[in-house]
Amino acid sequence: MKEQLEKIEVLAKEELGKCSAIKALEELKIKYLGKKGELTAILKQMGKLSAEERPVIGQLANKVRTDIEEAVNSKLAALKADAQAAQIKEESIDITLPGKFAPFGKFHPLTKVENEIREIFMGMGFEIADGPEIDDDYHVFEALNLPPDHPARDTQDTFYIEGTNETNLLRTQTSSVQVHVMETQKPPIRIISPGRVFRSDAVDATHSPLFHQIEGLVIDKGITMSDLKGTLEMLMKKLYGNDCKLRFRPHHFPFTEPSCEVDISCFNCGGEGCSMCKDEGYIELLGAGMVHPKVLENCGIDSNEYSGFAFGLGLERMVMGRYDINDLRLLYENDVRFLEQF
Amino acid sequence: MNLSMKWLNDYVKADMSIKDYCHALTMSGSKVESYEVEGSSISNVVVGKILSKGQHENADALFVCQVDIGADAPIQIVTNAKNVKEGDLVPVALDGAVLPEGKIKKCKMRGVESFGMFCGLDTLGLTAHDFPYADPEGVFVIEEECTLGQDIKSAIGLDDTSVEFEITSNRPDCLSVIGLARETAATYNLPLNVKAPEFKGVDGDINSMLKVDIHNTEKCQRYCAGIVKNVKIGPSPRWMRERLRASGVRPINNFVDITNYVMLEYGQPMHAFDLRYVEGAHINVRNAVNGEKIMTLDGVERELTDDMLVIADDKKPVAVAGIMGGEYSGIMDDTTTVVFESAYFEPTQVRRTSKALRLKSDASARYEKGVDRLISMTCLKRAFELVEELGAGEVINTVIDCDYTDKTPAEVEFNAEWINSFLGTDISESDMINYLGRLGFKVENGKVIAPSFRIDIECKADIAEEVARIYGYNNIPSTDFRGVAKAEFTEVQKFVRTLRNTAVSLGGYEIATYSFVSPKYFDKIKLPADSRLRNVVKIQNPLGEDTSVMRTSTIPSMLDVLSFNYNNRNEKACLFEIAKEYLPVAEKRNYQGDDALLVNSGKPRHEYDYQLPDEPQRITIGMYGGNCDFYTIKGMVEQLLDEMKIYDVEYIRATDSDAFDEKTAMHPYRSAVIMKDGTALGIIGEVHPDVQETYEIGTKTYVAKLNVPELMACAEDKITYSPLPKFPATTRDLSLIVDDEVPVAAIEKAIKGAVGKILEKVTLFDVYKGQQIESGKKSVSYSISMRSHDGTLTDEQADSAMKKALKALAAIGAELRA
Repeated sequence: MKEQLEKIEVLAKEELGKCSAIKALEELKIKYLGKKGELTAILKQMGKLSAEERPVIGQLANKVRTDIEEAVNSKLAALKADAQAAQIKEESIDITLPGKFAPFGKFHPLTKVENEIREIFMGMGFEIADGPEIDDDYHVFEALNLPPDHPARDTQDTFYIEGTNETNLLRTQTSSVQVHVMETQKPPIRIISPGRVFRSDAVDATHSPLFHQIEGLVIDKGITMSDLKGTLEMLMKKLYGNDCKLRFRPHHFPFTEPSCEVDISCFNCGGEGCSMCKDEGYIELLGAGMVHPKVLENCGIDSNEYSGFAFGLGLERMVMGRYDINDLRLLYENDVRFLEQF
Repeated sequence: MNLSMKWLNDYVKADMSIKDYCHALTMSGSKVESYEVEGSSISNVVVGKILSKGQHENADALFVCQVDIGADAPIQIVTNAKNVKEGDLVPVALDGAVLPEGKIKKCKMRGVESFGMFCGLDTLGLTAHDFPYADPEGVFVIEEECTLGQDIKSAIGLDDTSVEFEITSNRPDCLSVIGLARETAATYNLPLNVKAPEFKGVDGDINSMLKVDIHNTEKCQRYCAGIVKNVKIGPSPRWMRERLRASGVRPINNFVDITNYVMLEYGQPMHAFDLRYVEGAHINVRNAVNGEKIMTLDGVERELTDDMLVIADDKKPVAVAGIMGGEYSGIMDDTTTVVFESAYFEPTQVRRTSKALRLKSDASARYEKGVDRLISMTCLKRAFELVEELGAGEVINTVIDCDYTDKTPAEVEFNAEWINSFLGTDISESDMINYLGRLGFKVENGKVIAPSFRIDIECKADIAEEVARIYGYNNIPSTDFRGVAKAEFTEVQKFVRTLRNTAVSLGGYEIATYSFVSPKYFDKIKLPADSRLRNVVKIQNPLGEDTSVMRTSTIPSMLDVLSFNYNNRNEKACLFEIAKEYLPVAEKRNYQGDDALLVNSGKPRHEYDYQLPDEPQRITIGMYGGNCDFYTIKGMVEQLLDEMKIYDVEYIRATDSDAFDEKTAMHPYRSAVIMKDGTALGIIGEVHPDVQETYEIGTKTYVAKLNVPELMACAEDKITYSPLPKFPATTRDLSLIVDDEVPVAAIEKAIKGAVGKILEKVTLFDVYKGQQIESGKKSVSYSISMRSHDGTLTDEQADSAMKKALKALAAIGAELRA
């Protein structure tokens, strides 16, 4: 019987060595270890053995069973690992095929840059004020120290509203929001106001009868021209990086005194002079100044107690500079092939 | 204003480089647009003398000349010029010369070598106005003093530099050479040399020759006049012509040139009349009579009104004051006696008249901004000084001066401390006084006294600006912002921000369109004749019809962009815009409570209300292509509403609602108005086939418009968490047969009403019409999920709920599908 057991173990292991499929392995397991398996058949004959032989053979039989079981299990693990490796290999995909998109839209480039500027000013404590696009002469001109017959009105190419005797008009500048804010808010005031403005300019690559400005207004006790410079420098450094330089040039606006135009070092040459900046090294960016005392007084703010600064920048120019867009018309044509680039 | 640098150097020694000059003046406030070095497009052209001129052997029309160009040997030039002869001095473009129109190279002409070319005026970029003696058609025969071989530019005075300034409207004093010389001197801290003009004159009593009366001393505050007799009309000398040319003014004759010269030099417009045509030898400065007519120098007859000012003789107007002379009173070739006028006209008067007549001139451009009130007599004298210098006639040594000007100078408090605190600087008082002095201001007894040419000085901020610009804006320190920052978006701004972000995350491309549109859109979207959307804000002076009315609907703008994209062969588009409509209001707004007064001035707000239109914001969505249908855009709108926390809206047929007149732009059976508690929030639908065709879009197109204020009003303002369920849900499926026209919303409403509180969700999973279904009916299938928070639902509870549901469904004609 001992020989029989030993033979079974040898045979089982021999057969196991030839086994290469999981199914065959399971059949083998049943053949040797199952209830009707060969080992069981031998063990059924245990009763015929003597009392001395029984524990020896029993022990041996258990060992044979354990050995076969272990061999089968380890073979099974190896076969499973092989099968999985094969399957994983088979599942290879082309990882350069494009991804599957959920639909996602795009912000208009005007919105993108406007949002950026809004955020910078919010960080500096500026609130966002809105004002009417169709406004009146008082808010757009007169209260801003541009009385009737002021020569500077010529430069504004105003659209007037029919039937209002030229009292109502499309605002030519967001500066009108300054007046609306000062009518409804006590100082300290710290606002920006982005919005649409309108001038009677025919459409071409750099002109549009509708464009966007961002107005800024600060009124408080002790506001200086240094504050104006510091604020605008902060804005431009945040927008264009720490290397950009600003240049302040005296200018004239009826609603500020002193007034200035602000140029930024050329994005292309950094101030050396190139074809983009017409050899100037600088590009005109915005107009600014200290709020004219008459404007404060017109709005009922004591100019001896309060001072302030204001500025207005053209959004289109900043958008075009930022994205190298050379034709303003693209912004209002809204071709999806243009919009999808932002 | 174009400035001749040669002229400038009469008054200030400006010998710095031109680049340095332009930069420095720009930075002190006189912005240089550009500069032009005269003759920079000409090189290698010299003065030559024609030694001999002979016939070309092979061509009748050509001549062969030997020309002395100051070199060792003469050069040979072939020309077709008939107006030159032996001994003439001519400009010779040598081999390799550059001219405005191109390069010159030696060549063979009909077999004879030519080593250059003779130049005419036009080849040098000149006209007969520059050299009146020269033949404008032929070669320029030079009559100037010059040497052989001399560069042509210095020989004929083409060596000036002209600087173009952009002068702002507050500084008319800088529309003059002396004004800019003053700015130059102040910028560089150089001495300014302006001498008072003097003339000798001949004895004569002007009062016996001419009488002047000002009838409106408010509009004409000063009128100076003088007379030149025995005038010799002719071209002015070369130096004057050169300076006029560099200033962009065409030389005419000595008298006209003198008036222009003085205007350019001092900024004071001058006028010269022929005394013969001043009837009664009487000048009246008066208001025009309504309907009075004058033919101005530009050859146009103009009808005047009584608010305009004219210079008139006893019978007729001879000039529109400060703007332009009459055609028949100007200087002619046979003029013998000239009257010079130097006057001060009130700016608004000139400006209004100029605007009304649509007539502008160099004179009106200066008068309407404001010339120096006190300079009229100086300029008259300067004109006479020039008349004598040019030998153009005899000046009568007495003059007329009708003077009603207020000579009180503008005075402003001088407070160095305040200026520093306003600018954020630390400039010493003595430096400030120095800067102001250079600009012509005096500081006395704590006051700054403005010179009479500075019409823009009114307040201490003006003085701060003068100090700042000479000190240098870029020398002012920059300070970081101080103070407490407390800013946040308003509720509207937050709402719009979320709306925009959501529209983008749902696949919308944001667009930007014009606020003004063509009135043709009314018909393009088939609005009825009495639609309120046809009541628009119109622009009085539009660029064209396409941009002539403020839109009352954003939908046509969206259709335009969809059409543009479709016609650019973009396969699909899903667009949105958040922008305004402009709706006229019937009357002024009613301000009450805290709103009734302006906060800073305390004035009644009502007085500052000019009845402006409403400008409500809209979100407009449009799409075509990409297999989209009504339910695609509806899905986008539903998700948008859900994200904006607007729940339980109802979709009713657009044809059953009067809320949106744009329903005519939509397919009547594929459009809806979105309702919430009786308020119309928006309209959505497929574009009507007619409208689609009008807009030239060749595929099904969908649009939606939602009113932002209404959306905001019904948006929930907070989110409340509902506890996660503890007990399982029970699900029942229902397949129903119902009349085709019964909307699924009605079925869902019935189910919801019947099942009640335990209803968790009703999900439509199939709609079927076809063979197995009786025609005119449809099959709809729902999965109904029920759940209780108190315990697991029993089958009995679920079945009983279903029974109630079926009963309610039966009431609307829906039956279980067999």
